[in-house]
Amino acid sequence: MIILSKLIRKGATELVELFKSDPRLIEEYIVSVYEVIDRVEDLVRSYITLRPLNEVLADGAKVRETLTNGFKGRLAGLLVAVKDVIVTKNLRTTCASKILYDFIPPYNATVIERIIGEGGIVVGKTNMDEFAMGSTTENSAFFKTRNPWDLDRVPGGSSGGSAVAVAAYEASIALGSDTGGSIRVPAAYTGIVGIKPTYGLVSRYGLISYGTSLEQIGPMARNVSDLALLLSVIAGYDPHDSTSLKVRDLNYMEFLKPTPMKKYRIAIIRECVSEGVDNTVLTAFNRSLRRFEEEGLEVLEVSIPIIKYALPAYYIIAMAEASSNLARYDGIRYGYHVSVEGRTWDEVYTEVRSEGFGLEVKKRILLGTFVLSAGYYDQYYLKASKIRKLLYDEFMKLFKEVDVVVTPTTPTTPPRFGEALTDPLKLYLLDTYTVVANLTGLPAISIPSDIVNDVPVGLQLIGPRLSEGYLINLAYIHELKSGLKDLVPTAVSGYV
Amino acid sequence: MSNLDIKIGLEVHTQITSLKTKLFCSCPSDYRGKPPNTNVCPVCLGLPGALPVVNIEAIRAALMVALALKCEISDVLVFTRKHYFYPDLPKNYQISQYDGPGSIPIAKNGYIVIGVDGGLKKVRIRRINIEEDPGKIVYPTGSLLTSKYTLIDYNRSGIALLEIVSEPDLRSPKEARAFIDKLRSILEHLGLVNTELEGALRVDANISLAGGSRVEIKNISSAKDVERALTYEIIRQSKALETGEKVRRETRHWDAIRKVTVPLRVKEFEEDYRYFPDPDLPPVKISLKLIEEIYQKLPELPDQRIERFIKTYGLSDYLATVLVSEKVLADYFEECVKYCGNPEIIGNIVVNDFKRWVDEMDIEVSKAVKILTPNQLCQLVYMLNNNIINIKILKEIIPKVLKYNKDVNTIVYEENYIDISNEEVLMRIIDEVIKENPKAVKDALINPKAVNYLVGQVMKKTRGRANPELTNKLIIKKLKELSGTP
Repeated sequence: MIILSKLIRKGATELVELFKSDPRLIEEYIVSVYEVIDRVEDLVRSYITLRPLNEVLADGAKVRETLTNGFKGRLAGLLVAVKDVIVTKNLRTTCASKILYDFIPPYNATVIERIIGEGGIVVGKTNMDEFAMGSTTENSAFFKTRNPWDLDRVPGGSSGGSAVAVAAYEASIALGSDTGGSIRVPAAYTGIVGIKPTYGLVSRYGLISYGTSLEQIGPMARNVSDLALLLSVIAGYDPHDSTSLKVRDLNYMEFLKPTPMKKYRIAIIRECVSEGVDNTVLTAFNRSLRRFEEEGLEVLEVSIPIIKYALPAYYIIAMAEASSNLARYDGIRYGYHVSVEGRTWDEVYTEVRSEGFGLEVKKRILLGTFVLSAGYYDQYYLKASKIRKLLYDEFMKLFKEVDVVVTPTTPTTPPRFGEALTDPLKLYLLDTYTVVANLTGLPAISIPSDIVNDVPVGLQLIGPRLSEGYLINLAYIHELKSGLKDLVPTAVSGYV
Repeated sequence: MSNLDIKIGLEVHTQITSLKTKLFCSCPSDYRGKPPNTNVCPVCLGLPGALPVVNIEAIRAALMVALALKCEISDVLVFTRKHYFYPDLPKNYQISQYDGPGSIPIAKNGYIVIGVDGGLKKVRIRRINIEEDPGKIVYPTGSLLTSKYTLIDYNRSGIALLEIVSEPDLRSPKEARAFIDKLRSILEHLGLVNTELEGALRVDANISLAGGSRVEIKNISSAKDVERALTYEIIRQSKALETGEKVRRETRHWDAIRKVTVPLRVKEFEEDYRYFPDPDLPPVKISLKLIEEIYQKLPELPDQRIERFIKTYGLSDYLATVLVSEKVLADYFEECVKYCGNPEIIGNIVVNDFKRWVDEMDIEVSKAVKILTPNQLCQLVYMLNNNIINIKILKEIIPKVLKYNKDVNTIVYEENYIDISNEEVLMRIIDEVIKENPKAVKDALINPKAVNYLVGQVMKKTRGRANPELTNKLIIKKLKELSGTP
């Protein structure tokens, strides 16, 4: 039996410091992460594409050399798992779809460039719901990813692979993407932290679009410090993305303070803690609130009745945008290909798209096509856009009174396989609390609230635009008080 | 062909060829002549994850056109996705603009004034859109209708296009042509479009006759062909209507080689493009300050130039209008005048001789002005003014210069074109002519107008070299001698 290096349990922030003082440790670290992958990957299946060890070691050697020459990369030597919705140059990027099963991008997403520029190493591309459409990662065209806390349960989605890779110590940190909760839901279900940044804070260039106006790339990590580290690297203006905000790069590490950096007033939304919430979730939620109150922070209850329209509005907008964004997959230039000999364009398109897309994707394309159709546009898309605006206004008003809104990340604990998929409406309900942040463009973080019956429960904090620093401050305080950091999930505890 | 029954509206697509880069990426906009699919990047190939960033220079260009066409300008720039599946469209939607809920074109409700049968006519502009050009479908073994297979070249994909749509105010193919000519001249004067580049200006024409349906003709690439295609359609449709046949609502394709329109697809209902505002390109304010700044910098436009030509050079309305209808032509005229004055003579030569031959020989004006340079033309004018050649000879020389690309002096000497103004030589020829045409002489003695015939005969004998005025004078003198009157 191989005795694992003690490096494996260390956080990213700590590792980078260690590597700077002794760059030779990078090799030991990489080898040990691959040993964990060897042991747990068959159980959990996080990766669609894992880079070969020798390639990654070669990258590590390069980073080691630059460190020796005084390089100060903030991610120097770290293994980063990347959701397979973010394009990586010369590394297959599938979106967990048959239609892109062999797509090798000729360019890197901006976030990948930034990570590599800071010495980070992409270890592999993680599993997800096809085109990020889903909340359980069950919609991957290739295989299901399992929750390392209970292999019979889903890990959440759509960034399930990234969440599990981090939670199961198959990578130090990861990138996910969040269109309606796709970072926060799997973070909550796997006992890690994940943040959906303010819309426009992180470049979307190279993020394969699903719901353009809703989604952001964000970091996922086993503790708040590591999350702050990765966010500091990826956040900032990018001229390649017209929706990118012209903000100065921030160092979020400065918000890792053990005490509140201001007298935060915390609001609970009544509509999010009444109907349809599991008791276990509610118990954990209340315990978290008490931790904040113990810090002398005020917790008050508010009501936002319009929130009940958030979910339908979200799905209309997301599906409409999806139907447009996914039009390009026709098998002509890249991806799933069929014989074109003697056939019309329309025949080729029909076959490629019928065979290349999975059921959930086709369903959303059809619904999206419908809501954008002449005669229905006003009834659906335009109306949904109005609700979105109203919701935004409500939150703007609320944030004049309070500093942060808290909700459970999800109303329930992770479903067992098949449980959610049988009832699509129930499945969509998993996103009830998370979609609000996407519709309004506000930042939202999910942190472990508690472990109940050996299954993690998540807490969501939503803040005003560009309040990531304060959210990190609060998350860090909660982490210190709860001790919920660097958790080791039950199913993999014997291997790491 | 009753003009009253015809309604024509045009959709003109023009590339902004003055731009350095494409509309949404940094690929060069000069795509012509490059090997297929080499002028591309993730953005204009629509690769997964790639995002558009608008080229601000394209917006400025669109605003210039909007101002020149007297349009109302939107206070916000919104791009809209127009969805349809076609292989030249890498995203299967085109980033364009639209007049509808949540969307607005950059400009609408303008007009262009065109000259029609000596009068002026205002043709309304419905809207101007900024949009991206699709790639190009190549038919290696024939045409759209006959090729065995197709290839796609995305070098053109993402080039900045303006779509300029007129109201159906045009009443004849001739008016349609005048509209295109005028629009083209405006775009040239703005310095935005080199309309001589292949594919830089493309026209779709909508035409309906009373009692028929609207037919769209696609893929017309010149003003001349717009006139031809519409004329063809009017004949086709009116014949059909006469025989009681139904004119279907359809899209037809202009076959520029066979000079016919052929059916492309029947339009039973309005295609649903599922327009919605492009979430990748958030709306941008168009400030009054920017519009003001662009307005101040607008160059002289065709209408102003025509007026100036008439005032400054004393040209006729007709000459000025023809000259300004093409910017290169007007520039050429002005350069010649700068060189050697004589605006009226030069105006006449440029319009009636130079332009006529350029059209006839089907060469580009921009090339022709490099052959018969202002210097060369001025030499001809000098020879004319100094009686070295006469006007008739000048008219003969111009096509020869254009055809053989030879120096005017060389032609004049090689062809022995020098004017015969020597009285002795001329008198000898006149004597011959008088001897040979006794009847004409008799007529000329009675009717002074018949003298012209005799002058003509002299010209014939000298292959035009005889100085006409001197010849005329000498013949009259000779006739007087013959009639015996002092």
